[in-house]
Amino acid sequence: MKRFPAFVAVAAAATLVLTGCGGGGGAGGESNTIKVAYQKFGNFVQLDDHMKQVKADFEAEHEGMTVELVPIEAQQNDYFTKLALMNRSASTAPDVMYEDTFMVKSDVDAGYLASLDEYVSEWDEWDMFYDNAKEAGVGDDGQIYGIPMGTDTRALWYNTQLFEQAGIAVPWEPKTWEDVLTAAETIKSALPDVIPLNVYSGKAQGEAATMQGFEMLLYGTEDTLYEDGKWVTGSTGFTDALGFIGDVYQGELGPTPEQALDKNVGTVVAGEWIPQGTLAINLDGSWLSGTWLETGTNPWPEWNDVMSQAPMPTQNGQEPGATSMSGGWTLAMGAKTKNPDAAWDFISLALNKENSQSYDIAASQIAVRSDVSEDPAYIEANPSFKFFSDIVEVTHFRPATSDYAQISNAITVAMESVMTGQQTPEEAAKVYDDAVRGIVGDENTVDAK
Amino acid sequence: MTTTIPSPAVPGAPVQGGRPPRTRGPGLTARRSATRALPLLPAVVLLGVFLLGPVIWSFYGSFTDASLTGAAAQGASFVGFDNYVELFADPDFPKSVLLTLVFLVASAIVGQNVLGLGLALLMRSANRVVRALVGTFVVTAWVLPEIVASFAAYAFFNDTGTLNSILGLVGIDGPNWLFTLPMLSVILANVWRGTAFSMLVYSAALHDVPQEITESAEVDGARGWQRLAFITLPMIRRSITTNLMLTTLQTLSVFTLIFVMTGGGPGTESSTLPILAYQEAFQFSQLGFGTAIATILLVVGALFSFVYIRALRPEVD
Repeated sequence: MKRFPAFVAVAAAATLVLTGCGGGGGAGGESNTIKVAYQKFGNFVQLDDHMKQVKADFEAEHEGMTVELVPIEAQQNDYFTKLALMNRSASTAPDVMYEDTFMVKSDVDAGYLASLDEYVSEWDEWDMFYDNAKEAGVGDDGQIYGIPMGTDTRALWYNTQLFEQAGIAVPWEPKTWEDVLTAAETIKSALPDVIPLNVYSGKAQGEAATMQGFEMLLYGTEDTLYEDGKWVTGSTGFTDALGFIGDVYQGELGPTPEQALDKNVGTVVAGEWIPQGTLAINLDGSWLSGTWLETGTNPWPEWNDVMSQAPMPTQNGQEPGATSMSGGWTLAMGAKTKNPDAAWDFISLALNKENSQSYDIAASQIAVRSDVSEDPAYIEANPSFKFFSDIVEVTHFRPATSDYAQISNAITVAMESVMTGQQTPEEAAKVYDDAVRGIVGDENTVDAK
Repeated sequence: MTTTIPSPAVPGAPVQGGRPPRTRGPGLTARRSATRALPLLPAVVLLGVFLLGPVIWSFYGSFTDASLTGAAAQGASFVGFDNYVELFADPDFPKSVLLTLVFLVASAIVGQNVLGLGLALLMRSANRVVRALVGTFVVTAWVLPEIVASFAAYAFFNDTGTLNSILGLVGIDGPNWLFTLPMLSVILANVWRGTAFSMLVYSAALHDVPQEITESAEVDGARGWQRLAFITLPMIRRSITTNLMLTTLQTLSVFTLIFVMTGGGPGTESSTLPILAYQEAFQFSQLGFGTAIATILLVVGALFSFVYIRALRPEVD
């Protein structure tokens, strides 16, 4: 028993020292300093650049005020955790934070966020934001808690050169899932060295597998994940979506399961497979081209000549013909802020027309302000913006409940057992149904049909 | 001589540190011991705050629904044994306990201890150059910060990593170790990383075995293995106890190595208790539930310590 607690002691002592420093720093000038917490990780440095520039502008405008930037260097899941831990204590809680639209509701429940209703009602630029984007920052009580920065959509990216070599007509316009699989099979027989189709799948990919992979399929069927406050179980759409995953991986139309289950496959797809022409079709996000821009981590000047996009079709071509999933991020005000007015000034400055636009361009975000999305400078900045903005019409949002993280995990487990051939789609769907009942309880599930 | 100096110095601390209270404690009168204990007070307070505190807090936390987000984050409420009931009903839990035990037995108890003792024995009869080389090589893995060692192990076992490249040179097409044999990979990595510690402890212990006793046993006709089993091992049993306990507790809490190499996957194939606790507490935001898993881990560690102390109780020698 000696060594083990000693470990704990060192950790505890370190935590004390660290929080002690944090508290001391904050106590110096509480109302004159606002703390801004955001994510900075890997090739996502655009927000850091943006914040640094807004900080300079803000301090020039507000004499005597200091902005303390707190870039949190962590992957998405760890970012949520670190932000939540910061929010738990008044001495570390940020005044302004970069908040996922999808965490807004549960963080409002947790008491981490301050209502922005009185500020937006007096903000003349609020009308410029699209209604569905405003909706993304609303808490369960109907008040506004986050100002949207941008959004994203998902679709099929395909390599036009490989398509031409395989003899598939470009532009490619798949109408059903079958069309997608047929194209993948054509590529497989014509170009055996090329990976025909990548759909993120399995536990190692986490939310990327659920959202870019599974939900892009499920929301194109007659069924859905969550309906009227209850989680749907036993739906045919769920089994069919798993069936598609099985067709891709068991039918050898995708990467090998070993490749697909490597935690780093996302980086490999964007940085190697696509630029090197070894992947023909990729179901991925609107932000993908950000990697290939001059400011990205893998500049690829020819990307727009080689890569094109097609909307993800619905299962049998049913209305509205295509589907997509959207997320997005907001700036929110911490509930423990000591200077809400300054925090609001920072948020409204960071997301005014000019700043929203420069950020959306740099980070390949789909604009949520009408004055930005209609600005020719924005449209011309990235040739894929128009395509991805247009499919906002058919997009869906994830159920933003606090159980979602666990449900999402159960989905990736089901995907993984199908892709590796351990279970049939029916068996995996049944395991998922049981897992969902275990997570939310029988009373919060509903049988499909 | 120079090469033998560092070995007793490093592991000397834990071994000798355990000794004085046991031999000296009982002989003192109550008053003298009270006066003499006074200077210990700050240490006791610190131990209470930093060692006992977290343990008690862990027990308490495991009976609440504390959460990182959602309404429960406002203030945790007491939920009795709910977390434990849920935990024991979760099919991932028994699997995770089993994996933890496999990892513990294979990498710490068998791997690190046997290999460490073997190396220490061999080093005793090796010449100075070999000793220095092997010592440096083994200790390097132990000196590396955990995260660096973890990435090194990841790079080694990766599908296109060092191991498969080497196997490729001799014409063997190696499997994707982290995917097909995740437990074996993390066990080997932990053996690689932890053996140096055991080797140092045992080198120091062997150094203390008087040469004369071994020699007289040899004169009496004891063979090599007999000298090891009946002379050497009984004489270093105290070090064995200490070392078993230290490596067990260190291995039970291994997180970084597994998290970096396999992330607990594929699926839950290498999801030991620390990984499961992390996932529940920080990825699913259920602090209370994660704390319950941590508490179980604490109990497992306590059980092992108890067994070691009982089974290998150091008798008077």
